[in-house]
Amino acid sequence: MLAMPRKDVVLFLGFAAVVLAMPIWLQPFGAAYPDLLNRFAIFAIFAVGFNILFGLTGYLSFGHAAFFGVGSYAAVWSFKLLSMDALPALVFAIVVSGLFALAIGFLSLRRSGIYFSILTLAFAQMSYNLAYSVFTPITNGETGLQLSLNDSRVLDRMFSEPGPGLPSPTLLGTPLSGYVAFYFCAFFLIATFFIAQRVTGSPFGMMLKGIKSNQTRMNYTGVNTRPYTLAAFVISGMYAGLAGALLAITDPLAGAERMQWTASGEVVLMTILGGAGTLVGPVIGAWLIKYFENIFSAINDGILTQFWGFLPDGAQHTAVLISSKFVGEGWFLTLGLVFVLIVVFLPGGVMEGVRRIAALFRPNKPTPASAGTTASKPHPAE
Amino acid sequence: MTLLKRGLSRRRVLQTGMAGIIGTGVAPLMFTKGAWAQEFCNNPTGDTVTIGLNVPLTGAYAEEGADELRAYELAVKHLNGEGDGGLLNVLQPSALKGNGVLGKKVAFVTSDSQTKADVARAGATRMIERDGALMITGGSSSGVAVAVQGLCQEMGVIFMAGLTHSNDTTGKDKKRYGFRHFFNAYQSGVALGPVLGQEYGKDRKAYHLTADYTWGWTQEESMKNATEALGWETVAAVRTPLGAGDFSQFLTPVLNSGADVLILNHYGNDMVNSLTQAVQFGMRDREVNGKQFQIVVPLFSELMAKGAGANIKGIFGTSNWHWNLQDAGTKAFTKSFGAEYGAPPSQAAHTCYVQTLLYADACERAGTFYPPEVIKALEGHDFDGMGNGPTTYRAEDHQCMKNVLVVRGTENPTSEYDVLEVVQEVSRDAVDYDPSIFGGDLGPAEPAPMC
Repeated sequence: MLAMPRKDVVLFLGFAAVVLAMPIWLQPFGAAYPDLLNRFAIFAIFAVGFNILFGLTGYLSFGHAAFFGVGSYAAVWSFKLLSMDALPALVFAIVVSGLFALAIGFLSLRRSGIYFSILTLAFAQMSYNLAYSVFTPITNGETGLQLSLNDSRVLDRMFSEPGPGLPSPTLLGTPLSGYVAFYFCAFFLIATFFIAQRVTGSPFGMMLKGIKSNQTRMNYTGVNTRPYTLAAFVISGMYAGLAGALLAITDPLAGAERMQWTASGEVVLMTILGGAGTLVGPVIGAWLIKYFENIFSAINDGILTQFWGFLPDGAQHTAVLISSKFVGEGWFLTLGLVFVLIVVFLPGGVMEGVRRIAALFRPNKPTPASAGTTASKPHPAE
Repeated sequence: MTLLKRGLSRRRVLQTGMAGIIGTGVAPLMFTKGAWAQEFCNNPTGDTVTIGLNVPLTGAYAEEGADELRAYELAVKHLNGEGDGGLLNVLQPSALKGNGVLGKKVAFVTSDSQTKADVARAGATRMIERDGALMITGGSSSGVAVAVQGLCQEMGVIFMAGLTHSNDTTGKDKKRYGFRHFFNAYQSGVALGPVLGQEYGKDRKAYHLTADYTWGWTQEESMKNATEALGWETVAAVRTPLGAGDFSQFLTPVLNSGADVLILNHYGNDMVNSLTQAVQFGMRDREVNGKQFQIVVPLFSELMAKGAGANIKGIFGTSNWHWNLQDAGTKAFTKSFGAEYGAPPSQAAHTCYVQTLLYADACERAGTFYPPEVIKALEGHDFDGMGNGPTTYRAEDHQCMKNVLVVRGTENPTSEYDVLEVVQEVSRDAVDYDPSIFGGDLGPAEPAPMC
């Protein structure tokens, strides 16, 4: 009954291997350092969770950063009040963001389509502004919520005296820093990927896909879709909360900018860039965007001069001048161009490109339909 | 293969999956463990030493960030013995030789902090973990400086703060690995208070607009204390979001509040926007309570003054340093900066340049890059010749104690750079304070095995 199809097992094992080997295969790209690897894992979790709502159920939320931010704040508060251990922080963050998603989802899901998107955007922007103004005692406003020496840390104080300086997050006594933190995050990425995989393949996932292809028809056949959409919303909200908490664990600081609409837009970009509705797509999208943000933005004129060093002097200067507009501060421009190219030529995201290439090598077999057409394929029930 | 064809049970997948995860997860740890064997974080082994420049190139403080970056590049040049040597020639006492630091050439890596704490920490971590930065410096926002300083304390990497004016940076949030040359909001209040009393009288009603983060909060508090000591009344203090762009919704209530002084606790583009809008609202032409309405900008910079144009004429504020001072250090720095970039340096550029030199000098004096020794060399260090008069790096809170300038927007500028004039140079004894008033704890000097 619980058997997984072989294809899924292969996908899962392959994914796990790729994630765990990231410190090795990202070396040539200059991205194999713990902090960025953490971000790769964390934002991949965020995007995988977002895909459950957007890719699977077809509800485009423009406010998912709110849950991400709430998760971060909850985790930091757990560090401040309870313990520096990561586990209470994670549980606390997931529960709080889940409840928050339940409240927002309950209200927003009364509408669908563009109205739903606008409602979520409004709620997220509201949370962001509240974090800046009314909730400053909880969020510490623009400065961001940080650990301090005067925090109570009730659980920690029961077992040990405070050490000198600020403590850092631990996992059952092991300090979570460097590559330990990465494997901690990677474990959660693999686990959440597995859950997403199971959700997609389950009858519940089937219902979500049904809602995406034609919700009205679902209603007419007598299915009440609200509980399903709400469940999907809460699940993806909890994913976001988990990601936010992990970000706070690897770097114990929470700022309101994590809830800004740009952060919400970023996860939408990640999902579309990678391929909405696919399992691996959002992960690839998250990695691409984080790579651009952290590596492309750090390329300065000095590095470019070296890179174009083989050209004659005048040409080198021109090459540096032109390319410098696309890196450093201009990384948004490059990202925008990549996004436009992908949306125009590969509407199904990077994953559609992968499928097309795969199809080239198997010319005899009937090619699997691309993401856009699977939805309109007749279902067995029809 | 028959097993797979039948399909796997969930338990079986979990079992093999976990074994694989643990196996692959542990293996690379054995290789990376060796990376910690170095004596301290990013001990330079080659013939270069890398410093990490974390400056805002986008956002509300981008102008300051760009100028800071220019100053850093100049400082690195001078340290490596290129150019005219700048302040290397006038620093007293100096251990710098103009051949790099401890015989190693200085190189740098940069990161755009975007004036966001999250981004700045990510950038600093990248420079430490990937690029091997031995020291992090920069910042044009106290929120960012406090966040990055905390990170550097954890990593055991020295942080030489650039432009940060909040009392918290060397007060409540001071760190053993963080050092600040710039002055702070408390000193602004102490220096500016008497001048305001003299110019505007003892019976005034002040309205504060405050950037809503650590710097704004402490400056608002310091200005309140200073003006209320004069006998002024504080009508209201309103917090505005950083990078708001449009301040008209915050300025309208000022007109009907009965206040006759507007104190703008804003900086960078925010200050340019809020001041310009306040002038457009006709505030400077108003008379309230029988007195001329006045605007005060407690922290001023040349770049902001240029941005605000004619609106800034006659407005009082304070500055860390001004290029038009007549001491040898200021002249030398203005000359070499002007020769390189064709414009006089801002106070942000000055403080960043000086911080870089002071760090290099401390390494030379300590004879090592080992952070606890460098920290010892900086703590309680007395020096002169950097344009601020005799200065002490106070050991208790890592704050530089030096003169503070009270400045005013020039009424009849003679050139496009002649935007501020120095009204008074307040001596360091007058702006001295007890380091314990802000609380906080420096923490340990021994680096944690984090890097």
